[in-house]
Amino acid sequence: MRPIFTIVAQRLALGLLVLFAVSLIIFLGVELLPGDLAEEILGQAATPETVAAMRKELGLDLPPYIRYFEWLGGMVQGDFGTSLASQREISELIGVRLGNTLFLAGLAAAIAVPVAVTLGVLAALYRNSLYDRAVNIFTLTSISFPEFFIAYILILFLSVNAGWFPSLSNVTVETPLWERIYRCMLPALTLTLVVTAHMMRMTRASIINLLSSPYIEMANLKGLKRSHIIVRHALPNAWAPIVNVIVINLAYLIVGVVVVEVVFVYPGLGQLIVDSVQKRDLPVVQACSLIFAATYILLNLTADILSIVTNPRLLHPR
Amino acid sequence: MSEIKRLEHLFSQGKISRRAFMARASALGLVAAAPSLIGDSAFAATPKKGGTLRLGIGHGSTTDTLDPATYENLYMQMVAGSVHNKLTVVTNAGDLAPELAESWEPTPDAQQWRFNLRKGVEFHNGKSLEAADVIASFNHHRGEESQSAAKPIVDPIEDIKADGKNTVVFTLKGGNADFPYIVSDYHLAILPSRDGKADATSGIGAGSYTLESYEPGVRTAVKRAPNYWNEEVAHVDGAELLVIVDVTARTNALTTGEIDAMDRVDLKTAHLLERNQDVELVETSGNAHYTFAMRTDMAPFDNNDVRLALKYALDREALLDTILLGHGYLGNDFPIGKASRYYAEEIPQREYDPDKAKFHLKQAGMSSLKVDLSAADAAFAGAVDAAVLYKEHAAKAGIDINVVREPNDGYWSNVWLKKPWCAVYWGGRPTEDWMFSTAYAAGAPWNDSFWEHERFNKLLTDARAELDEAKRREMYVEMQTIVRDEGGVVVPLFNNYVMALSTNVGHEQMGNNWSMDGFRAIERWWLKS
Amino acid sequence: MNEPADIDQAQTADALPPARRERGWDAVWRELKKAPWTAKLGLVLILGYVFVAVFAPVLTPYGESEIVGRQFEPWGGQFLLGTDNLGRDMVTRLIYGARNTIGIAFLTTCLAFLIGGVGGILAAVLGRWMDQLLSRVVDILMAIPQLIFALLLLTIFGTSIPVLIIIIAVLDSTRVFRLARAVGANVAVMDFVEAARVRGEGIGWITIREVLPNIMAPLSAEFGLRFCFVFLTIAALSFLGLGIQPPTADWGSMVRDNATLITYGDITPLLPAAAIAMLTIAVNFVVDWFLHKTSGLRDEY
Repeated sequence: MRPIFTIVAQRLALGLLVLFAVSLIIFLGVELLPGDLAEEILGQAATPETVAAMRKELGLDLPPYIRYFEWLGGMVQGDFGTSLASQREISELIGVRLGNTLFLAGLAAAIAVPVAVTLGVLAALYRNSLYDRAVNIFTLTSISFPEFFIAYILILFLSVNAGWFPSLSNVTVETPLWERIYRCMLPALTLTLVVTAHMMRMTRASIINLLSSPYIEMANLKGLKRSHIIVRHALPNAWAPIVNVIVINLAYLIVGVVVVEVVFVYPGLGQLIVDSVQKRDLPVVQACSLIFAATYILLNLTADILSIVTNPRLLHPR
Repeated sequence: MSEIKRLEHLFSQGKISRRAFMARASALGLVAAAPSLIGDSAFAATPKKGGTLRLGIGHGSTTDTLDPATYENLYMQMVAGSVHNKLTVVTNAGDLAPELAESWEPTPDAQQWRFNLRKGVEFHNGKSLEAADVIASFNHHRGEESQSAAKPIVDPIEDIKADGKNTVVFTLKGGNADFPYIVSDYHLAILPSRDGKADATSGIGAGSYTLESYEPGVRTAVKRAPNYWNEEVAHVDGAELLVIVDVTARTNALTTGEIDAMDRVDLKTAHLLERNQDVELVETSGNAHYTFAMRTDMAPFDNNDVRLALKYALDREALLDTILLGHGYLGNDFPIGKASRYYAEEIPQREYDPDKAKFHLKQAGMSSLKVDLSAADAAFAGAVDAAVLYKEHAAKAGIDINVVREPNDGYWSNVWLKKPWCAVYWGGRPTEDWMFSTAYAAGAPWNDSFWEHERFNKLLTDARAELDEAKRREMYVEMQTIVRDEGGVVVPLFNNYVMALSTNVGHEQMGNNWSMDGFRAIERWWLKS
Repeated sequence: MNEPADIDQAQTADALPPARRERGWDAVWRELKKAPWTAKLGLVLILGYVFVAVFAPVLTPYGESEIVGRQFEPWGGQFLLGTDNLGRDMVTRLIYGARNTIGIAFLTTCLAFLIGGVGGILAAVLGRWMDQLLSRVVDILMAIPQLIFALLLLTIFGTSIPVLIIIIAVLDSTRVFRLARAVGANVAVMDFVEAARVRGEGIGWITIREVLPNIMAPLSAEFGLRFCFVFLTIAALSFLGLGIQPPTADWGSMVRDNATLITYGDITPLLPAAAIAMLTIAVNFVVDWFLHKTSGLRDEY
């Protein structure tokens, strides 16, 4: 097992470097945006004097590199700083929202992963049948609609017409778990439709890919049932790429759901980062970006580790 | 256009009175078809107490703060409308009424104003209202260090002094008969103070509702303040304000009963929403307007004939139909709207007239004209479309408008007040003087046409200090005429505030000074069941 | 904004078939005739879209952003599918939408493959520090959420169409890079590449003659998917107000503009959405067939 620990340690160290680079890029990016926080907050009501006063108060008149290193200094000590716009502690601002984001991602994954793998296995089992085509067409259609549009359609049918689920997912900290699941059902279903196709196609492809291997042919010749061959013989060996895709989609569920959050008024991180970019609230943008980047790095690492663990050949390299 | 549609159109543009509208509509047997328009006067129901009013607001950002100096969107204005009181308030009928000030009187030159505070008023933290709180609240926006959006509003105040615990004396730099209106501004909330500093960030006010929870950009909950001084308002026990920026989500939330009312109805689908039996569409015509500001200090806009040519070269009716789908009324090239006391309805409406435009172009010594018009949807929704339509209309008068699409970001800092001709949005001001001194007075920071007119500026100063109503009206009408015929701003449209309410929500006539019943929906509306 | 980048690594990680070169139209025709019905349907649809896109000005009754009637005219009569919120003909907008959307998506995808493909192959063939450098840069770019990054860049550089194409292409190229590098690395260690190196061939020759032909299959499959995802990226951006700007017609923003109508059961916004969906399905049918052919699997149909 030693090589795995070495790999993990190496990758984590590399991850830290990536995070540093990301923070630098985001900083430069926000710096390059036209207008600064003072101008954006005051908007049409800005006068040169009030803008100058606000810049001075918030330290926006300092040179960029000083502000970056000040921020970095705090960051290294685990201090995310405060939001420039609202003066609130960023850790407090982000905490609840991060929890919400993870909850929704978890709920969506809990629905999407089993559904996608089952559909994929069935599609491989009955490949080129009418079922296979139908599932393919359905899932492809669902990913080719823009997310917000899928959301609107679900709202129309399941909320406005049928009245099964609420059209808003405005949860608060006090919302009890069941209520929370109920309120998050439509966004979770929307996300399910968005990510299922990818995972399902991967499952199908990687199983079919194995079907020409000698050992499967052998099983075929032995006269085993096709379903038995696929579930017992092909699936275990096909896991690596499937897990990889699942993890990538998990990352997407956490990082890429701004649009769904907006449509369902779900208080997640995506909305926060978009608002903060618009107002040039740099510390908040930085904190959110780093959380997203770290999520991505960790999930990627997980995927790699899992594919090594599930593949003995990779576990004991020559 | 069907008969009722035509009537509605005329009515919403103010071309016929409400009474005439009702008479003609009922002659057609169509009163029921247009409940939204005649609705206001039909409500005489007594308010019912209790319940939680849930509002979906199409603004709001996670960067919002409770500090009144930073209020910039309807969401915070609504929160403030329930949590905070001001010295005075504009009622739903458009009159000025006392709020935290019980009475006020000016010196004859209107330069010094004494406000007598209401006695026995408590902030939500139990502190009693005193003159010191009022002074601190105003000073919060004043001074060199001020970062307040309201700084230009309080700039004319020379000095504020307390006269005993319950009287505040404002000394102004010049006479201003409208000063009691100015102190009703939503920024000028009266905050509790300690040692002369106003507490602006805790959300403690003296309004009819106390802040229960506040999550910027997401949700705010308020509940009725237990010992609020005014028994006639605050019918619901509490209210919940949700930020729902996406208009489709907002509409869905209303139709599925998740919220009781919403602002900013999608104009494209308003006619479809109106068919819903459980929804009432409410429109108010206020002072908010769209403009195209020309810099009169730059060629060719320094020539009034060029400006007039451009004013005649725009088909406002078409713009109203296309950009606002009829939900607004025509502008007459002055920035004073129907929610203003001295709105000059008698000045003839400027019509689309390519021939007159050509005539004025010739007067300016030109046979053709090519100008750039900067626009972005950050100015107002549909600004780019409006500019494109303007281009088409002006082409018939031999004017070639080149529409320059500016980026939305930084529009107010990079385009407005900089580019020779650009699209602008004005939320309107409660008084004529305020509007004119903000954007038309010589040297004003937001005079976006860089316009200087001797007679106008003299009238402006004189009218400000004039306490005689009739004389004032005369002066403001003259000023509106001057701006219309010689000013540097094309004012094509005033937009209505279009809201949708569940039929379960009760309300009286709605204030039209701002959206959502003058930001006071929470304390003025009630739930029928 | 999906992540299909790794979809093909499974197929390619194992054995890659030797590239067989069958020249001439006859061979192509023979393959086509053997293709399953889905692939044929896909090809026909794609050709149809291309035809419409190329001949848009001839096929449309009106100009792209010409206002020809009143707002929201009903279907039928003079305007086959009615008019939109400014009174522009829906059919015309849809057809021009095909031209703009497909054109932009195609250019973006090509550019993404040029950047990502070249980078990936270079990393695979050259290895060592080049591989390290490029891979780390890509790591960093991928760690920043795509939509947020696009939002930042589009705000900085403005939302003109060339900028949009370049930004989406650069962001997409990271996914292409990973695929190209993965499959390229598999090929680069094979004996025939080794042989070429020993022969003393240059890097360029090896890349073009030995590596490229052997990784074309997975790359072109990826091309099909990426192509479709560009639509969705643009649609998501237009939701945030940063997509293709009016009055240019594109399907993503057409869905966005009319989306509220769906609340009232009006299917107008379904038209552009269906246009995107049909193209996605068509492209993926062809991709499936292509992958199937190259995976060397003898299947029973």
